[in-house]
Amino acid sequence: MNRLQIVVAPTVAIVASALAPICGAQVALVGRSFADVNQYAQQRSVKIYGAGGLRQLEAYQSGVLVSADGHVATMASVVLDQDWVIVHLSDSRRLRGEVVGVDPLLDIAVVKLDGEDAEFPYYDLQHQSMPYESMQLLAFCNLYNVATGDEPVSVLHGVLTAVAPLEARRGSFSTRYRDEVYIVDASINNPGAAGGIVVDLSGQPIGMIGKEVRSQLSGAWLNYALPWDRVAEGVDRIISGRLGASIDSTTDLPERSATFASLGIRLVPNVVPRTPPYIDSVLPDSPAETAMLEPDDLVIAVGDMRTGTHNDVEQALLRTPIDEPVRITLLRGNRLVDVELMPIVEGSQ
Amino acid sequence: MLRLLSVILVFIGSQASAASVAPEVLEAEAKRVRVIERVSRSTIAIFDSRGQGGGSGVIISSDGYALTNFHVTAPCGPAMRCGMNDGRLYDAVLVGLDPPGDVALIKLLGRNDFPAAELGDSDVVQVGDRVLVAGNPFLLAEDFRPTVTYGILSGTHRYQYPAGTLLEYADCLQTDAAINPGNSGGPLFNAAGKLIGINGRGSFEKRGRVNVGVGYAISINQIKLFLSHLKAGRVVDHATLGATVTTLDDGRVAVDDLLEESDAYRRGLRYGDYLTSFAGRNITTANALKNVLGIYPAGWTVPIEFVRDGDVMAANVRLASLHGQGELESLIEAQANKPVPIQPPGPKDGEDEPQPKIPNIRDLAAGARVPELPEEVNKVYQARAGFANYYFNDLHQQRLAEKCPGWRAFSADQRLEISGVDSRGHEVAIESTEQMGSFRSVRGQFFANFSDPNVPNDGPPGSGGLMAAIREWQTLLSRGLEGFDEAHYMGQLPFGLGQSRHDCLVTIRNGLPTYFYFNRQTCHVAGLEHFTADDRDPCTVRFSNFQPWDSAELPLMWVVRFGENAYAEFTVDHYQQVPLEESVDE
Repeated sequence: MNRLQIVVAPTVAIVASALAPICGAQVALVGRSFADVNQYAQQRSVKIYGAGGLRQLEAYQSGVLVSADGHVATMASVVLDQDWVIVHLSDSRRLRGEVVGVDPLLDIAVVKLDGEDAEFPYYDLQHQSMPYESMQLLAFCNLYNVATGDEPVSVLHGVLTAVAPLEARRGSFSTRYRDEVYIVDASINNPGAAGGIVVDLSGQPIGMIGKEVRSQLSGAWLNYALPWDRVAEGVDRIISGRLGASIDSTTDLPERSATFASLGIRLVPNVVPRTPPYIDSVLPDSPAETAMLEPDDLVIAVGDMRTGTHNDVEQALLRTPIDEPVRITLLRGNRLVDVELMPIVEGSQ
Repeated sequence: MLRLLSVILVFIGSQASAASVAPEVLEAEAKRVRVIERVSRSTIAIFDSRGQGGGSGVIISSDGYALTNFHVTAPCGPAMRCGMNDGRLYDAVLVGLDPPGDVALIKLLGRNDFPAAELGDSDVVQVGDRVLVAGNPFLLAEDFRPTVTYGILSGTHRYQYPAGTLLEYADCLQTDAAINPGNSGGPLFNAAGKLIGINGRGSFEKRGRVNVGVGYAISINQIKLFLSHLKAGRVVDHATLGATVTTLDDGRVAVDDLLEESDAYRRGLRYGDYLTSFAGRNITTANALKNVLGIYPAGWTVPIEFVRDGDVMAANVRLASLHGQGELESLIEAQANKPVPIQPPGPKDGEDEPQPKIPNIRDLAAGARVPELPEEVNKVYQARAGFANYYFNDLHQQRLAEKCPGWRAFSADQRLEISGVDSRGHEVAIESTEQMGSFRSVRGQFFANFSDPNVPNDGPPGSGGLMAAIREWQTLLSRGLEGFDEAHYMGQLPFGLGQSRHDCLVTIRNGLPTYFYFNRQTCHVAGLEHFTADDRDPCTVRFSNFQPWDSAELPLMWVVRFGENAYAEFTVDHYQQVPLEESVDE
């Protein structure tokens, strides 16, 4: 097979990338064969199966290995709702994975695979990529769950068309992440694609395929990837525990627990099973007001407990003694804010 | 897209004059232009005769045979019109259908020098290969010049579940080249412009009927297996092993259900055996079997390997029809009342008009929908139940009759006498007429009386019906196809020691089928299989060492088998015909 390999000086590279479509029998790669890049990417790509499966909510998505210990980076979604998932690897292994945490800023999630002593191939989170508009890209993801078991995930090709802030919406809500993303012309905005990877032609990571969103401007589905350094940031925040761990339901409850009233906050009404814990109002003269909490702050963690939902905050407060300071992590806009509140014990005033 | 490409080309052209471009790049560009030009010539736009629905197709031979999707031709009936790159419109006739595989073969009429695409090898393609898609998405081209899109192969050996009960895409190719409604039936080419697949399906379920970067093409290698069957004017069925398998946790694939009347059972496959190989492919999952099984037409024989108690066993297994008699027709009928997964493209500008439904295949066959066929089409169309177009089947029957060197070697009103010796020097003697037969060998002499069709003739014991088989052969070579209740050309099937492909003619008398296998080069009857019951192995006779006899050629070497057992093997030293009157006088 005639595999054209173009090795050229950077100034010529742009001309070459405009030409590369259809001039070789295979994708033209700089110094590496496509088969090598494909194998490298396939070994690091996983298929994730979890909750969902109802009303256009798929129960599958993509992910990539980011540590030798079996940490998988993916996008937060209903697929991860049960806190554990089944992960299919390219070598036909099927492993259980615990959801380590979710980064609310980027909507990135980390899953840890069960695999005693196993050493997994992975993408280097520290890799520094230098993407530029017009560069050729490959995307690896399990869109539409086309691949099952050990079948290789789908590969799509495209060009980085723009580096631009994400102005998008999911349903009628704006996306939380508003920073720069890589807009590409490959059809990666598809069911199951989120959590897949976009790489350059040498196979090095450029970004992670985000959730299905539409342009706020035109309503068109956006094909985009989150920059790899932001992915690394999010994964780091999750693994470092800054965003809290899942709530351990077996711990003993304190004699007296903190309450919403003792902190001076009200959350938006808990109307659906997974109502996000947004602050609805802050009571006057309360610890919350003193700490300058604001309506629309999202409660990310209470103490070291991760709070993805209204219910999680209730459970976390139950496990928080009322007579000690409470550390709360909030998402305000796209910033993380840590505050410490001293609950007011009723009757002590 | 074509326009966009030319814009890119213009841009490249201006770059070329502005800066010096590497000669390899210019060469690659020129090559690409040549390839696109070539593939555009063999790509066709297909319209039904009322000029409403349509799709795409690709010409595969200079006499006008072209491939497309079943779901494209379904609304057309037996006649369609095909627009070519040169802006001309040709009448075309339906030839063959593979409804489960979503493939149709049509024939363009009026020329003998159609520009044909070169068939590639879809088993050697790899993920990442550059590919080109040509066709008529959204029926954009008023002048029939195809739209060309490019992409890469995103996946190979993909399995896509049947949409409803039909249109299963097994072992298909997945591409990110734009495939839209109207591209259905059109070609997928590799970068060299060789045909590697027929586009027909996309993952359209969530985003409406437009490209989302996930298109599927039926592999050309699958179609190659079906092609002779399609050329036979048949409605071709897919195959079943007669057994189902399950993937075990330890990664083995075990038989978890098995029909006792299946050939797989007769060849020794049993419940609980581990299937390891099928048609030369390793089987590591149940899906892998589904994938490879899906590319074979019913009636094909494939090698399998399986493991029992640590022993590896191998067998050649004949695959049965996936659908029962008449079932395919009623499934197609049911399909007609359901929405089509990829419908023919609708009207332009997103008008929401109802899509044409797939007509009942019986209507097609009965000609109910064809009140006025164009004259050219009418000459090459013949309706018959179970066939897409019996005219083409008849052509092949005539071809075999004309070319077979043994045709009419015998006279119907004479007794055939054959004498020979087996490998140990024992004498073998055969006598056969339409009414009776006898076979004498070292095992003794056996007689058969064919006058009562209700008495089964499976003698001599252990042969599976050798005397009846000889009588069928004698009838074929004396009276031709008129000697049987029914006859049709099947297409090509593997037969014989090397399992090479032979032209297969099926005859039926008193409800019992005989498969005659013709050598594709010499057209000798290289063997036959005579069935005495549906759930029983046939008596198989293989002929070789053909020598002149009168004005014909007859085999001197006979090998007779029944199932796994060799029944007889002998060399003929004498063929002779004796008038029946004489034999009565004796």
